[in-house]
This record gives sequence, structure tokens and C-alpha cells, in this order.
Amino acid sequence: MTWVLVSVMTVATALSDLLQSYEMKRAGAQSVGARGMGRLLRMIVERRYLLLSIACLAVSFFSFMALVQSAPLSFAVPASAASFILETVAAGILLKERIGPRRAGGALLVLCGIALLGK
Amino acid sequence: MGTSLTVRTYSWLTLFLALRGGGNLCLAWGTRRLPETLAANPLVYLRSLFDPFVATGVILLIVALLARLALLSVADLSFVLPMTAIGYLVAALLGRVILHEAVSPQRWLAVILIFAGAALVSSTPHDTTGEPEKP
Repeated sequence: MTWVLVSVMTVATALSDLLQSYEMKRAGAQSVGARGMGRLLRMIVERRYLLLSIACLAVSFFSFMALVQSAPLSFAVPASAASFILETVAAGILLKERIGPRRAGGALLVLCGIALLGK
Repeated sequence: MGTSLTVRTYSWLTLFLALRGGGNLCLAWGTRRLPETLAANPLVYLRSLFDPFVATGVILLIVALLARLALLSVADLSFVLPMTAIGYLVAALLGRVILHEAVSPQRWLAVILIFAGAALVSSTPHDTTGEPEKP
């Protein structure tokens, strides 16, 4: 059951972030300030991919809650970082982002740090 | 990438990190003051929202989600992921300074790794994809 929860959490997080990134890039640069925040709230309701991303975020959150109920926190936190690798690879393949050696190296350093945090 | 877009990227990033740090701090502070333990019963979670610190924490985290969405409008996902991990550093510092939590040397090492990774990623272009849709 533990690995099922980890898989669901990882896939749901990655899907949520990919959908958010895709939709927000289509929407264009947002302005900083109260008006920008209001526009963002309206955008969530209007754009179905953003709504779907919020649903994925909820699945990820509840999977994490179920995971920490049955598995140690020292396992759950680094396990949640697994989405980091999946998302970086998917961003390169699906969103056509250019992930050079410096960005990949930086992401790897961050992943090591997160894994160390959870120990 | 233009200077104004770089400023906007780092403005959203700073706002997101401040909101998430503040939100987590308020949640931690608020939940520790609660008279009952959070359990599987959803009513306990609903009651906890009446605590001013918990409520403030939830509101700050919702606004943080909006700031992250805006950040994704100006930067790549593969850029945003490691940069927002700076939040772990903010959480460790806030926990140490304000909540007086013990932070082990291993945890500080983790924080340094995250910071080094984020610094490396910050030296790459924020946006490597195409133009937004026409309105």
C-alpha cells in the first residue's frame, strides 16, 4: 500500500505542476499586486486545466496525509521529492523546456538536499 | 529575457517564498496552541480553522499558491521547482529563530545543498519556451 500511495502522490503532483505550467505560460506574464491576484483567482475558475491541476493537487495532498499516517515522516518527505525528477524530465519532453547541464545539476543538488532533510 | 521580466520573476518568487514561509509559521504556531490533537475526524480540522493563527496560515498559503501560478507564467517549471525549494531554507531558519526548534548539522548541510542547487539554477535562463497565446 505504501508504494501505491507514493506512486499516486508523485504522479498527481507532477500532473498538477505540468498542467499549471502549461496553462500559465499560455496565459502570459501576470502583474504583481492585488489586481493581479484577483485576475489569477478568476483564471482558475475559467481555465479547465487549472481546475484539473487543483484537483490533482488535492489527490496529492490526501495521498501524502494517508502516507504519513502509515509510514514514517523520514520516509514520506524524501519520497515526495521523487516528483522532482519526474517533473524535470517531463518539463523537458512535454513542455519543451531546455534543460541544460547547469539546470540539471542544480536540480540534482536540490534533490539530494531534500532527501537529506527527510532523513 | 528582458530586465522587467527578470524583475517580475524574482518579485513573484520573493512574494511566494515570504507567503509560504509566513503561512507555514502561522500554521505551526496555531496548531501547537490547539487544545485537541488533529486526527482523522474532519470536524477537528474544521474547528482548528477558528484559531486566528491557523486561519491566517491557511489564507497565506492560498495566496502563496496564486503567487506560484503567476511565477509559472513567467518562468519554466524546471526553473521554478529548484528555486522554490529555497522555502526549505526559510522554514529551517524560521523554525530555528522564531519557534526555537533544534536544527541538526545534517539538516543545515541539506539546506546548503538546496541553496547551492538553487543558485546554480538561477544562473540559467528563466524561460526557454515560446510565446503566450494571443488574447
